[in-house]
Amino acid sequence: MLRDITLGQYYQTDSVIHKLDPRVKLIATVCFIVSLFIVKSWVGYVVAAVFLAVSIKLSQVPFKYMVKGMKAIVFILLITVVFNLFLTPGEVLVSVWKIRITKEGLQMAVTMAVRLSFLIVGSSIMTLTTTPNSLTDAMEKLMKPLRIFKVPVHEVAMMMSIALRFIPILLEETDKIMKAQIARGADFESGNLIKKAKAMVPLLVPLFISAFRRANDLAMAMEARCYRGGEHRTKMKPLKYAGRDRIAYGVLAAYFAGCIAIGICL
Amino acid sequence: MGIIRTDRLVFEYIRRDEEGNVEGITRAVDEVDLDVQQGEFIAILGHNGSGKSTLAKHINAILYPTEGSVWVDGMNTRDDKDLWNIRQEAGMVFQNPDNQIIGQVVEEDVGFGPENMGVPTEEIWERVEESLKAVGMYKYRKFSPNKLSGGQKQRVSIAGVIAMHPKCIILDEPTAMLDPNGRKEVVRAVRALNDVEGITVLLITHYMEEIIHADKVFVMDKGKIAMQGTPREIFSQVERLKQLRLDVPQVTLLAHELQKSGIDLPAGILTVEELSQALEHVQEYRR
Repeated sequence: MLRDITLGQYYQTDSVIHKLDPRVKLIATVCFIVSLFIVKSWVGYVVAAVFLAVSIKLSQVPFKYMVKGMKAIVFILLITVVFNLFLTPGEVLVSVWKIRITKEGLQMAVTMAVRLSFLIVGSSIMTLTTTPNSLTDAMEKLMKPLRIFKVPVHEVAMMMSIALRFIPILLEETDKIMKAQIARGADFESGNLIKKAKAMVPLLVPLFISAFRRANDLAMAMEARCYRGGEHRTKMKPLKYAGRDRIAYGVLAAYFAGCIAIGICL
Repeated sequence: MGIIRTDRLVFEYIRRDEEGNVEGITRAVDEVDLDVQQGEFIAILGHNGSGKSTLAKHINAILYPTEGSVWVDGMNTRDDKDLWNIRQEAGMVFQNPDNQIIGQVVEEDVGFGPENMGVPTEEIWERVEESLKAVGMYKYRKFSPNKLSGGQKQRVSIAGVIAMHPKCIILDEPTAMLDPNGRKEVVRAVRALNDVEGITVLLITHYMEEIIHADKVFVMDKGKIAMQGTPREIFSQVERLKQLRLDVPQVTLLAHELQKSGIDLPAGILTVEELSQALEHVQEYRR
């Protein structure tokens, strides 16, 4: 069961969005999220919705995959809506017993719901169309100026991509250890929270030991293959902007400027 | 002088107790002399703890000798300035395929070595393509390593080493964690590299079947080289091999038993075909 977890939920198609430079997608996602908080009128949300719909259409990823990401936040979404709906003071629309729904509350609840769901769908377009690896590459490249402040950018990116590579392996290992211990009578299911947490200890100890052993082996294998940090290193897949990336930046700039304008004027 | 040479190589592990006091010293490698020529297929045999992996790590300059010295292509492994050249020329494949694959996609992993060496981008792609083709994994280049079988992963690891254009490859028990099919795949790939590309191969293993095609075999025991010679010479000394706790291939064992019971067979039979031929021969002779 643990093996089914796929990280980064990448969905392969041959769309324009997939081919875009990961840096563009990263920046676009950040801009999109910021834009959601700049605009305050319904016009702004319509513009954002159009932008989002066009991106989804272009990415050729089935819409249901986007909605899958929503499942994780349904609970948060419900709480936000309920609290905003019932607890915002203002002009009363409906009043039953002690519960009042105000006009402002209704507005607030709808806005928050729209914002949150746009935010999730927007960022899942990025993760669905970009491999975790190219995302790390993009981050490494975008953060490069931080090297002046002695931030080990290359090392952090390398660590991230190794962590991503080892997550499925360690999950598999957890599964194996768990089964081995269940076979010898361990109980991970019953009892209260404290009891369950205690049952995890014999699972974590061997897992940690094996993770350290793997790290040791991997470090040796990397050194044997001449790894010596980011210096003198060339890239197999260097990031290079193409024509479509410039167009995408143009569209993004227009969208963002539009949102700022709407945010200020309306 | 050969491509790999060790001269009275000694390596000692210092065992310490919990306070860090020296408890004892273990000699993992004890006065080993090796001389490997370019293009040879060398096998090193030995049971667990015989020092064969420790020896291998010296050739890639992961460990440094306590006494004696190691030369790779004329470079001393103690020399810091040659470190990266040595690691490039003597590539190393380890036992656990999962713990040596760095990339999340097969082709990216194969490109890791050349990237570290500073090879220009276009050439990396050429190298990745040719090395994946050399081990027969080219069609899996876009796969995630997690979706491959053990034998396939190990072939990817080998491709990752070949992409660095080494003169020799040291394989440290590359088949120990694989099933019989995976073992065959890997051994076939290694033999092809030796035959076709002329890369010197140093195969460390405890499976006797894998050394049949080697040019020369070294058998290690307690850090020393206990036997050396061609596979045939080694396998003709069945009793000695049993003493060293090594499993002799079943055919060789059968031939040995037949010999003992008085059938006139040549010594050191390695394959089923050889045995059946020899037996036919004996039958004809008797008639």
